[in-house]
Amino acid sequence: MQTLYLTLALFLLLNLGAGMWRVLRGPSAADRMLAAQLFGTTAVAMLLLLAQASGNAALRDVALLFALLAAVTAVAFVRRAWPETEQVTDDDPN
Amino acid sequence: MATLTLLQSAFDILLGAALLWLAWRALNCPDLFKAIVLFVAFGLLMALAWVRLEAPDVALAEAAIGAGLTGALLMAALARLRAMTPDEEDSAKRLPLRWLPLAALLLVATGLSYVVLTLPPEAAGLGAEVATHLNSSGVDNPVTAVLLNFRGYDTLLEMVVLLLALLGVWSLGGPPLRRKAAPGPVLDTLARLLAPLLILVAAYLLWVGGHAPGGAFQAGSVLAAAAVLLLLAGWRLPVALTALPLRLTLVAGPGIFVALAVGTLLLEGQLLQYPPAQAGVLILLLEAVATLSIGVTLAALFLGGHPQNDNNDQNNKEQR
Amino acid sequence: MTPTDYLAATLLVAGALFFLAGTVGLLRFPDVYTRLHALTKADNVGLGLMVTGLALQAESWAVVGKLLLIWWLVLLAGASVSYLIASGALRRGIRPWRR
Repeated sequence: MQTLYLTLALFLLLNLGAGMWRVLRGPSAADRMLAAQLFGTTAVAMLLLLAQASGNAALRDVALLFALLAAVTAVAFVRRAWPETEQVTDDDPN
Repeated sequence: MATLTLLQSAFDILLGAALLWLAWRALNCPDLFKAIVLFVAFGLLMALAWVRLEAPDVALAEAAIGAGLTGALLMAALARLRAMTPDEEDSAKRLPLRWLPLAALLLVATGLSYVVLTLPPEAAGLGAEVATHLNSSGVDNPVTAVLLNFRGYDTLLEMVVLLLALLGVWSLGGPPLRRKAAPGPVLDTLARLLAPLLILVAAYLLWVGGHAPGGAFQAGSVLAAAAVLLLLAGWRLPVALTALPLRLTLVAGPGIFVALAVGTLLLEGQLLQYPPAQAGVLILLLEAVATLSIGVTLAALFLGGHPQNDNNDQNNKEQR
Repeated sequence: MTPTDYLAATLLVAGALFFLAGTVGLLRFPDVYTRLHALTKADNVGLGLMVTGLALQAESWAVVGKLLLIWWLVLLAGASVSYLIASGALRRGIRPWRR
């Protein structure tokens, strides 16, 4: 089982690396941000696998933190850093 | 077993290469937003690197601060930059003395490589020392023992540095950045659901730091994340609390540390020498107050301006 | 390897395949909205299958509870953030892809 955990973790890391291309290419800011979201989820999965492989329960806490804080970064993007490329009235939410 | 070590090495090599590549791309990128996203990804992979280096406490701190809070902080900073210079292009400034930083960098790199390469290969570190004195430190987690007891002085100075950073940001003046539009129902509900959960997780990390990876800095950053989420969803500190209560909370962390330092100096004759019987209680008290202080400081750093400068009519970032 | 181990291994591999699907979708789909769909497949099903597989191997019910909590949080964050990004993109004039 150990080999399986590590193989899958390596596989997920390669996935994460492939996803970088979207960050570099993504024509809009939203594309880059949603790639970052996927990285967060992939990292959660990797950490859970590594936690089971190494027996270190603290890694699940790290995964918990990732799951919580990825949302905060994305919300900061939507509410602060996303430039208004078109005319938007201020009455709209978000 | 050989496949296991092979897989681990492959994982580590890939992780290291990805970190180096990300660092280069993030610094090399002319588009600031792309650089921020790359930096957040870098923080993510950095936390994984700490995990592989068997340092879960640092991985927790990196996950909370590097991958989460720093991303939000940088995005807020980018928003401010855009508000100040809406139509300017980033011009590549040519440093006339480009060789000077390069030479300094090479010097530091050579010095570091020399030091690292001449380290004894079997460096035992201080792990054995900490283990022998762990019983008298008041906690079971060696990292917490080092941070809060054996090297408490360093932590005291770190907290003062954090406070100084906030004072620096506040001294620049300016109002806190806010979005005039109210949040939609989804963001509102998300904030209402996540904020209490984040506070609970902060309390959990604070408590668990005594015997497992966790501690005041990690808990404080999660608390700050809760505050940042609420701020992004449109919540503001009630005006009555922005004067003295806010300042008291900010100063409470370093303040209690200094009080403890002075107390131990007077009673025991040594700076921050806790009496072993009360060490556990003292550390918990210290960590609890420090968590609150760190959380409020980081959230105030995110907000940018002093909450008292918040004037609804004057700091609308949509106004061009 | 016991039958539980085989079942857990199957679930883990299936989860990893959904993560692959998510990444492929992220790279190949034509616009923001479709890429958001790909993202949530990895979140929901990919992580869900992995969590189930790991829960079968967990050493105590507390660990199972923590795994489920992590999965639920990723679901919540993923769904909310997808909505926020999609509605923001629509307001900023990013047109959905048409054939």
